[in-house]
Amino acid sequence: MINLKNVTFKWHKSDSSPTLNIKELVIEKGEHIFLHGPSGSGKSTLLAILAGINTATSGEVSILDQNLTTLSNTTRDVFRADHIGYIFQNFNLLPYLTPIENITLGCEFSKSRKQKILKKSSNKNSALQKEAIRLLNALGLTAQYHHKDVATLSIGQQQRVAAARAFIGSPELIIADEPTSALDTNNRESFIKLLFEQAKLSNSTLVFVSHDETLKPLFNRSIDLINLQEQV
Amino acid sequence: MILAKLAYKSLLNRRASVLLTLFTIAISVMLLLSIERVRIDAKSSFSNTISGTDLIVGARTGDIQLLLSSVFRIGHTNNGVSWKSYQYITSQRGVKWSIPISLGDSHKGQAVLGTTLDYFSHYRFAKKQNLTFNKGHPFAAINEVVLGSEVANKLGYKLNDSIVISHGMGNTSFHHHDDNPFKVVGILNPTGTPVDKTLHIPLAAIDLIHGGKASLEHEHEHEHEHEHEHEHEHEHEHEHEHEHEHDEHNNLVGHPKQITAFLMGFNSPLYTLQIRRNINQYKPEALLGIMPTVTLKELWEMLAIVEKILLLFSAVVVLVSLLGMLTTLLANLSQRRRELAILRSVGARPWHLFTLISIESLLTTLLGCLVGSALYYLVIFSASGYLQSHAGISVNITMLSYYELGLIGVIMAAGFVIGLIPATRAYFYSLSDGMSIKA
Repeated sequence: MINLKNVTFKWHKSDSSPTLNIKELVIEKGEHIFLHGPSGSGKSTLLAILAGINTATSGEVSILDQNLTTLSNTTRDVFRADHIGYIFQNFNLLPYLTPIENITLGCEFSKSRKQKILKKSSNKNSALQKEAIRLLNALGLTAQYHHKDVATLSIGQQQRVAAARAFIGSPELIIADEPTSALDTNNRESFIKLLFEQAKLSNSTLVFVSHDETLKPLFNRSIDLINLQEQV
Repeated sequence: MILAKLAYKSLLNRRASVLLTLFTIAISVMLLLSIERVRIDAKSSFSNTISGTDLIVGARTGDIQLLLSSVFRIGHTNNGVSWKSYQYITSQRGVKWSIPISLGDSHKGQAVLGTTLDYFSHYRFAKKQNLTFNKGHPFAAINEVVLGSEVANKLGYKLNDSIVISHGMGNTSFHHHDDNPFKVVGILNPTGTPVDKTLHIPLAAIDLIHGGKASLEHEHEHEHEHEHEHEHEHEHEHEHEHEHEHDEHNNLVGHPKQITAFLMGFNSPLYTLQIRRNINQYKPEALLGIMPTVTLKELWEMLAIVEKILLLFSAVVVLVSLLGMLTTLLANLSQRRRELAILRSVGARPWHLFTLISIESLLTTLLGCLVGSALYYLVIFSASGYLQSHAGISVNITMLSYYELGLIGVIMAAGFVIGLIPATRAYFYSLSDGMSIKA
């Protein structure tokens, strides 16, 4: 699923030591990975490379057997939209759209994700909306909030919308970047369990990033970025 | 189409600043259309002042001066045309009709024109339209007056009112003749020409005002009366021959020694040039014949600079409003960096952002143009009365002409091109913007 080999990354060519230096990282399909490390350990940089926002300075990054380092910017844009669902730390919701509209936006820019939903549904007109509603219900946002302004929702509710948007159209890889940092412990655990359920349902691999090690026991595998990084 | 929907929702979300931009464009469209309409209608009103008249004849002066004094009542000629010359010239072959006019008097600042009944049947304006009566009928007696529409409106005169006409131009005249009141017998429909500002009285009545045979006050004799004393006698003989046949008509024409100018129409345009040449070479008196259409054109060309300034003015208005839109769009863009970054992060590619911003600016310009056109109709609808009465410009409320649609098209195109600037900037917003925005 994810395969990193001898990956280094420097923000600038003149930097003496790379921000990221990973000899090998393999993540199998369907795994739920807890990726942790203190601030400044390179978590964001690694995520940016996984999502194809930044390209590795050297080495090979392949996701779904596709070598990202050789793709053009446009192809990488399309690849990301088609195969990766991203839950942002600050949710990145558009305030002037309703939760439903925010969620369907996730597959409006990807033909293959839209296709996946349409294939399962008989009613082509409302298929996207129905899927969005299903995801919101599954993630615990009740119907009364589905058509409200996103800006009026609480943090916890916004987070569910953000998660639903990442899951819509069942992308192969879900990346969650500290999505629980604003929640209390109880809510964190229940939210993560909901994420697991959805990931299983859509057969997605989940990479969950946090600096909060108390969440570690919930995952079947965890990776410490400090250990992963090769000391130079 | 998701982008159109996003553009619409996003515009709605920023409605305050969008409305402001929209309004700026609307006002500039309204201004451009109004200025252009006034410019075009001023030009046509101007050339519509007189029509169907082939020749205007007056004492020798400049072409434009004669036109201004005889048609626009601007300035006044010191010399006139003797009645004898008038009768001689209008008796030539090919003359279809003629209207003698005598100017130089006023009533409360409005011009008084002495003429014959031919004026009401042959004077034409705009597209060869005759003068029509709103109320009443042409004068039939020497002490009757027909008012232009604006005179009646402004001074509040009704039919059968008695008014006093004084000698000389201007509001306060020393020569008031309270013993010569005129009765209002007719009020003309508006024409959008100086006719509206004119009081029409029989030619004979001009003599009356000036202390002619109806008055015994001899102190009102004029210098020119002395000059043309010999002609005076000649006219008398001439007049007497006709008096038996057209008694009433003669009462209205009287025994003028001199008129200011006269208008002529011919049976065929061929006569125009020939008679004009004869007039300009007329021996007994120094006369000038002008073709009003030609001279109107010359006059308008003199005023062309005003026209060009108006056009420039409207162009600048549009330019400023488009620059205003650019400023707002660019300012909005930095505020919307986050919004665009979010779109980018959920899979929108650079050209999506480019299209989104383009759709938005196109939508804003389109709405601006629509609102502007509506405002424009509102403005010309409410201002047409004022323009008609105060500037003599008759504004027609019609559908947008191809020219006006073309202007709107140019604004739309300019708005679209200007929208490409922020759209291009949005295109280059990097993806990492979207992935690492601070909340």
